[in-house]
Formats: sequence, C-alpha cells, structure tokens
Amino acid sequence: MLTISNVTKHYGERRVLDDVSFEVGRGRLTGFVGGNGAGKTTTMRIILGVLAADSGSIDLDGSPLTREGRRRFGYMPEERGLYPKMKVHEQLVYLARLRGMRSAVAAEKADELLERLELHERRDEPIEKLSLGNQQRAQIAAALVHEPEVLVLDEPFSGLDPMAVETVLGVLSERAARGVPVLFSSHQLDVVERLCDDIIVIADGAIRAAGTREALREANSGSQWELHVDGDAAWVRSMPDISVVEFDGGYVLFEADTRSAQSVVQQAVQRGEVHRFAPRRPTLTEIFREVVQ
Amino acid sequence: MTTATQSATHSALTTRAAVGLVAGREINSKVRSKSFQISTAILVVLVAAGIIIANLLSSSGDATRIAAVGDAADSLVGLESVEVETVSTVAQAEQLVLDGDVEAAVVPLIDAEPGTPAVEIIALDATPLSLVQALSIAPEVRLLQEAPVDSGLGFLIAFGFGIVFFTAAITFGSTIAQSVVEEKQTRIVEILLTAVPARALLAGKVVGNSALALGQIVLIAVAAALALMLTGQDVLLSDLGPAAVWFIVFFAVGFVLLAAMFAASASLVSRMEDTGSVLQPVMWLVMLPYFLIIFFYDNEVVVGIMSYVPFSSPVGMPTRIFLGEALWWEPYLSLMILAVSAVVIVAIGARIYENSLLRTGGRVKLGEALRG
Repeated sequence: MLTISNVTKHYGERRVLDDVSFEVGRGRLTGFVGGNGAGKTTTMRIILGVLAADSGSIDLDGSPLTREGRRRFGYMPEERGLYPKMKVHEQLVYLARLRGMRSAVAAEKADELLERLELHERRDEPIEKLSLGNQQRAQIAAALVHEPEVLVLDEPFSGLDPMAVETVLGVLSERAARGVPVLFSSHQLDVVERLCDDIIVIADGAIRAAGTREALREANSGSQWELHVDGDAAWVRSMPDISVVEFDGGYVLFEADTRSAQSVVQQAVQRGEVHRFAPRRPTLTEIFREVVQ
Repeated sequence: MTTATQSATHSALTTRAAVGLVAGREINSKVRSKSFQISTAILVVLVAAGIIIANLLSSSGDATRIAAVGDAADSLVGLESVEVETVSTVAQAEQLVLDGDVEAAVVPLIDAEPGTPAVEIIALDATPLSLVQALSIAPEVRLLQEAPVDSGLGFLIAFGFGIVFFTAAITFGSTIAQSVVEEKQTRIVEILLTAVPARALLAGKVVGNSALALGQIVLIAVAAALALMLTGQDVLLSDLGPAAVWFIVFFAVGFVLLAAMFAASASLVSRMEDTGSVLQPVMWLVMLPYFLIIFFYDNEVVVGIMSYVPFSSPVGMPTRIFLGEALWWEPYLSLMILAVSAVVIVAIGARIYENSLLRTGGRVKLGEALRG
C-alpha cells in the first residue's frame, strides 16, 4: 500500500498542498479527482520524488520510499513527451534500462507491451512520425515497460479516442489485478466513476473526500429518495415533512429524513405494488460539485 | 543496493551504469544522424586534402630533364627529381641542350684534376645551380642553434589548433545544449528524473559529448598524420606530434569544462528558440581564443597568458609547444589549472542544471538557479 501522510508544500508564500493524506491500496484503481490547480500534479510529483515536500512522508508498505525504491515506479507526467527522433521500441528499452531492467528483458517487455497496445507495427518508427493517439499509447507504454511496482499516471486518458481508452483501461486493470497500486488523475469524472475502486477528491490543496466509490456515494447520498410505483404517485406530495424534487407518473424523487421516507414506503405498499424504493446515490460529478464547494 | 531490487528482470542501477546509459544514448543518436556523418566526413576529407594539395603546390614542376653521356650517368644516380636521358656522344648531348629538350647535360671529363668530379656540366646560358650543388662535394655543417620554426608554418599550425578547437567546441557544445533543451521542451526530463538523479543525467551528457568531440578530433589528427606521411612530410609530422598530443589532452579536459557551461546555460530555458541568447556568453568564451590566436599570434606575452587561462589554454599551450617556447613543466602546470577550473565549473554547472530542470516556462534567472 502506498501511504501519503501529512504532506504540505509551499511555492514561495503560496500553500499548494495542505496536510494531504491518503492511501492507494494494492490491487486497486484509485482515481484522483480535482480541478485545475487543485494540487494533483504537485502531489504526484512529490510521490515520485521529482519534487520535495516541505513536510510529510510517503511510505510503501510501511517503509519510507528511497530513490532506489522509486526507480521501480511507473510515471506518466501530465505534460507528455518522449524523445521525438528516437524509435518507439528503442526508447522503451532505454527508459526500462534507466530503471534498472536488464536489457534483454527490457527488449522483450517492450515488444509485449507494444503488441498489447496495438502499436507493434510502429515499433521502429520515431515518435514524431506517430499520430497523436499513438504517441499517447507510446507514452503509456513508457510508464509500464519496466513492470512498475507502483503506477502514478497524470491524466492518462486525455487525448485518447474511446477505443484507446478501453485498451489502456484493460492494461491498467491487469496491472492492478497483479497487486500494483494504481493512482491516476482525470478530469473525466464519468471515466473515474466507472473504473475506480477508490476515489480521492482534492480541492485547493486539501483532500475533501476519500474512500471507496460506494462509500463515497453513500456518504454523500444526502436525503433524496427514489420511489417507483404502479399507477400515479401524486399522493406523495400530500405526505408530511417531504418535498418532491421530481415527479413523473409512477416515479417520484423526494427529499425527506429517514423516518418520513419510511412512512412514504408504508403508504406506498398499502396503495399498491412498489417496483423500487432506494436512497438516491449521487453521481461522482454531483459529489464533486458538492465537496469542492 | 538492497536484495529487493535484485531480481531476474532488474538489477540495482549504479550511478556509473546510469551515466553510461545516458552517454550511450547521446553518442548513438548523434553518430546515427546523417548530418553528423556528413559533416565529419567533410571535415576529415578537407584536412587531408588540404595537406596533400598544399604539398603538391609547393613541390610543383616536373622533374628536371638531364642528358648524360656514358659513365657520367652514374653520378646522377640517387638525385631527387631528376630525369636522366642517356645519349652516346657529347655532340648529341649538346644538341639536346641547344634544342631545349633538357635543362643541362652531364658528360665525362677525361682530364679531371684529382679531387674534383670527373664530369662536366653543359648548359645553355646559365649555370644550373641546383645541379652543380647536387654534384658538388659538400663539407660537413654544424649548426650552433636550432633553426627557428618558419613563421608562416607556425601561424598555420596555431590557426589550425584555433579553428579545430573552435569548431569542435561549438559543434558539440551546441549538441549538448540542444539535448538539454530537448529534454526540457518535451518534458521527458520529468520521467528521466524519476529514474536517475539530475547529476547522473548531466554527467552522461558531458561524458557522451566529450567522447564524441574527442573522437572527432582524434579522427582529424589521424587523417592529418596520414596525409603528412603520404606526402613524405615525416619531418613536419615529428615536429607537430608532441604539440598535437598535448592539444588533444588539453581539449579533452577543456571540453568537459565547456560542456558543463553549455549544459547549465541551456537548462535555464525551456524552448529551442530561446537557446541562442542564453548561450551567448559561452559562445564568446569559445570564440575568444580563436580570435586572439589569429590577431596576436606573434605576441609572446599574449600567447603566454593565453596558454595559462583555462578557456584559451587548449589553443595557447600547444601553439607554444610547437614553437618550442614552452619549458617542459609549463604544459603540466597549465593542465592542472585547467583541470581544477573544470572541477569547479562542473560543480557550479551541476547545481544550476539540477535546480533549473523542472522550471519550465520562462527563462530561469541565474541567481535563482544557483540558490535552488
């Protein structure tokens, strides 16, 4: 498990990270969500050791990270870039070797990965000759080629077409399934919502919410309920202590505390068949809007 | 380092191995570039061709044709650039001289006095001095002082050192600067820094480009030596040898110093377009020795100072060695000054480089880069 504890960072007078703590579990895809300038990139750079924190610590499985330990991390920076004139395969091998991988193994892994990312036909072409989408795939390959023990990816899906998103997702899930902690940031909240086991929300340099996707939705579900019944549900309006948010024939979305909601259900059961009754789970976008404010 | 990092697929990467990898990439990408191959080939051909052509021009003219009668031909054996045409009678020989077919004729002298050559030279209207000299018995000569180097030749050699230093330093200095900015501009430097320390990255670049620069200089030296041998100028070669070897040694150390300056300067900017202005001070330092040696070649004081100042000693000292002006210990002292300066500059350069790599956008101020 990757543990970030009480990390604080200033740029001059400006505090960009304020006592940031969270965990990235082994075998879990963890989404890191926040607006521009919220502190995602700074946090990731500190995890990678490219930037030094003013205070706080980063541990992997309980022991502090060393440079040698970080060498086995996989990193995809927000600002993309590889050597434009270097051939794809050669470049991957070079980066893997810089991280201590033996050269024969590196060559083999690079080929495997290129095949997996459907980039194999471009193996001996310089990066600058690739299409933007393919450059993105090469960038992801560069983060994965050395079989990293931890993966940190800054906006890995930006610039990818839907097909490529699926491919990359497949690869990331594979890595997570092998027990690699995977942390990635994204602006695409729907993607994060669909993929991530855990979600961390950051705003203004502070963690606003963190936990499993379900727990997060539950915690932020508030007091809205959905009811779906046979026939007309207009009677709900006349129930005490509730306010209807949305109404459409047999469907009603209303706000109420738990007790009042229970009495609505009892009434509904007496009146006829209840198809569905549940607390309404907010989407990540809604949670995000809520916690960031 | 720890057992955890050793496995079938990975091994702990020592700093030396990291430097080697980075240097290897620098060398590989340069050597494989067409422009580098072509420019190196042109440079080598130019140097070799220059020496050969200069030699052909200076020893222009065909061999002198000389007619010889009978035994007199024997006296011409072993003379350089003489073409002998043997005829049977003196009259025939005279006729050839009159016709202008030969420069002169050598005929046997029957009643030669003892101690004088037993031949007579026949020429048209002027004494062929070189032939006379060649056939004379010259007394032994003992010189009390070594002849000073021909001043034209001396200038040529100094100019040669100057231009080779200048072009190699600019070429490979720019290469290193480009490579630094390329990594910043493409942001790959952020990935690289998660794998290796900034200092290893810088060291790899300096080592790789220094090796390239040195390789090119040695290649040029070999081409020049071969051309000198081919044109039979072995004497000049043996005079030039020590100075050339010192030049290579000085260049090796001096280039490391310049490379660190190029890399540190370049790391202050993030875009190729901005490198020009930021490299200007270093460019001046590279050009200065070149102009000084051209304008002050004759000035012993200036060249003497040049031979000790770190930036110009790679040109100044070998020049003085070639001219025979330097005492035996002088190059060692100057080399030491250069080496110490290189260590200091590399340390400062590494600090600037380390502190500037992740600052993208505008130009980083030198003071900020030094403070970190």
